[in-house]
Amino acid sequence: MTTAPAQAGWRFRQPSVIPGFGLTLGFSLAYLTLIILIPLSGLIWRSAALGWTDFWAIATDRRTVNALQISFGTAFVAAAVNVVFGTLVAWVLVRYRFPGRRIVDAMVDLPFALPTAVAGIALTTLYAPNGWIGKLLMPLGIKVAYTPLGIVIALIFIGLPFVVRTVQPIMEEIDKEVEEAAATLGASRFQIITRVLFPGLAPAIITGFSLAFARGVGEYGSVIFIAGNLPYKSEIAPLLIVIRLEEYNYPAATAIAAIMLALSFLMLLIVNLVQTWSRKRYG
Amino acid sequence: MEVRVANVRKEFERFPALHDVSLDIKSGELIALLGPSGSGKTTLLRLIAGLERPTRGKIFFGDEDASQKSIQERNVGFVFQHYALFRHMTVADNIGFGLKVRHGPTRPPAAEIRRRASELIDLVQLSGLEKRYPAQLSGGQRQRVALARAMAIEPKVLLLDEPFGALDAQVRRELRRWLREIHDRTGHTTVFVTHDQEEALELADRVVVMSQGRIEQVGTADDIYDTPNSPFVYGFIGESSSLPVKVENGEIWLADRPIGLQAPHASEGDATLYFRPHDVELLDGCSGCIAGTVVASRRVAGTRRVELEIGGERQRVEIELPVDHPAAQKSRVAFRPGRWKLFPPA
Repeated sequence: MTTAPAQAGWRFRQPSVIPGFGLTLGFSLAYLTLIILIPLSGLIWRSAALGWTDFWAIATDRRTVNALQISFGTAFVAAAVNVVFGTLVAWVLVRYRFPGRRIVDAMVDLPFALPTAVAGIALTTLYAPNGWIGKLLMPLGIKVAYTPLGIVIALIFIGLPFVVRTVQPIMEEIDKEVEEAAATLGASRFQIITRVLFPGLAPAIITGFSLAFARGVGEYGSVIFIAGNLPYKSEIAPLLIVIRLEEYNYPAATAIAAIMLALSFLMLLIVNLVQTWSRKRYG
Repeated sequence: MEVRVANVRKEFERFPALHDVSLDIKSGELIALLGPSGSGKTTLLRLIAGLERPTRGKIFFGDEDASQKSIQERNVGFVFQHYALFRHMTVADNIGFGLKVRHGPTRPPAAEIRRRASELIDLVQLSGLEKRYPAQLSGGQRQRVALARAMAIEPKVLLLDEPFGALDAQVRRELRRWLREIHDRTGHTTVFVTHDQEEALELADRVVVMSQGRIEQVGTADDIYDTPNSPFVYGFIGESSSLPVKVENGEIWLADRPIGLQAPHASEGDATLYFRPHDVELLDGCSGCIAGTVVASRRVAGTRRVELEIGGERQRVEIELPVDHPAAQKSRVAFRPGRWKLFPPA
């Protein structure tokens, strides 16, 4: 008598009848290796040459720690702000038909297309103490340019399309009938939004958040103009890497990069796990 | 709860979807709105629910004018063709939703909501599936959840928009019988929309036949089937055949021959004769009958459907014969309609 063989712990998901599974998987892996894995392992390799003590010294250096805090902190705040207002923008674009909607829709993508340095310079001009907006904020005691707040504003600008473009298609798919059903059951407009629509959008919003966040962590061009780049105060990690490179201190530069890489990977992994969990629930 | 639709007109951007429709629905009745697509049946249902507002006219729930009330205040249970379940909620949460969103003292305590949800889950025979999400259910199960969700709020009226339209034939028949049982047990006044006449005739106490934004006929399955009051109803409900005829001296003539039918009260002149293909009397000889040449013969389930060409004008009609009837082999068949009706010429 034969019994079914014990299932191995690892198994490929059952491939479909469409042929080419082996070929496409092989190509994808080779491609990812070439484009992402080799450069990144080069990075690890170089920073490993540093030795553990030196690496630890660089990693715990106050300037490095501050730069990392600023990079991740501002990216987080900016992504959080973008989640709120990006969802709102997506809502307006999906739900209402108004003259100029197409133009607004196209405008959302501008931060994608604009050279980031241009955005940085424009924002700096506006928010500098003598700029149009900076002038108005100055009397209130709010300083934007050359502070972490300025970095946040630049990152909000850069990250907005990521949230809008991930939430928008999911929002368009929402069935009008689901809202009508909630209304017939007695739910108010507010309850429909908070209890029915928003939970359905949550996975898309999380994705938008993680994209905007990842982009914010790595952003360089727009930030360096508005940040002021004061060490310990408004210096971002990517800038610190460039500074180290200019000092020909390659091991220090790669060490900081490796730390950023590890932190980013960790955060994206967590977001992905949250995604998987919510997708399993909502199917 | 009685529902009275009084002279309701509905326009969508100047295009009229309903013309002056009036309908009385008795308390506890199960009513079908039946019609082809574009007949306004769904619009009428949505007007009753409050999902649309009438351009003119009023809708009463009992003696109360409901037309000025919002959807939330109307307290109707609405079931959609594509279920419209909340996919991020479990079956139990979906069903409890209508109670959970209530405010203040009208909101039952959590334990009561849970108890009520599990009662309804039993009623719709989904016990054991409380914790499932809609994505993990079959179409028929989802529609049961949708119905339980609508019933949870103790609605004044239960409205169903093509509730079985998205399901396959087998499940449809099963759910149909089951809906009738639930209705008999709970006694909710229920209105459902369908384009499937079999469903309407089998399930409903009364059927409202609609066409082009108007009500054509309201009646029981027997009324509608046996005495259709318009050519549309004749054509839409069941099979029908028609022939252009003439009435002279109270007798019906087809071309130059009388066909043996008396119509003493019909107005003289041209008319159209309607009859059911299965309700015919086959004749041997032909003096006073309709005779035609067999041009096609098809086997349809338990009967044979024969297409005949009649007279010089080659009018085509269909009649049904028993499968083993010898007339099916013949090239010429003579018959006379059993139950028939005359309408003005088309």
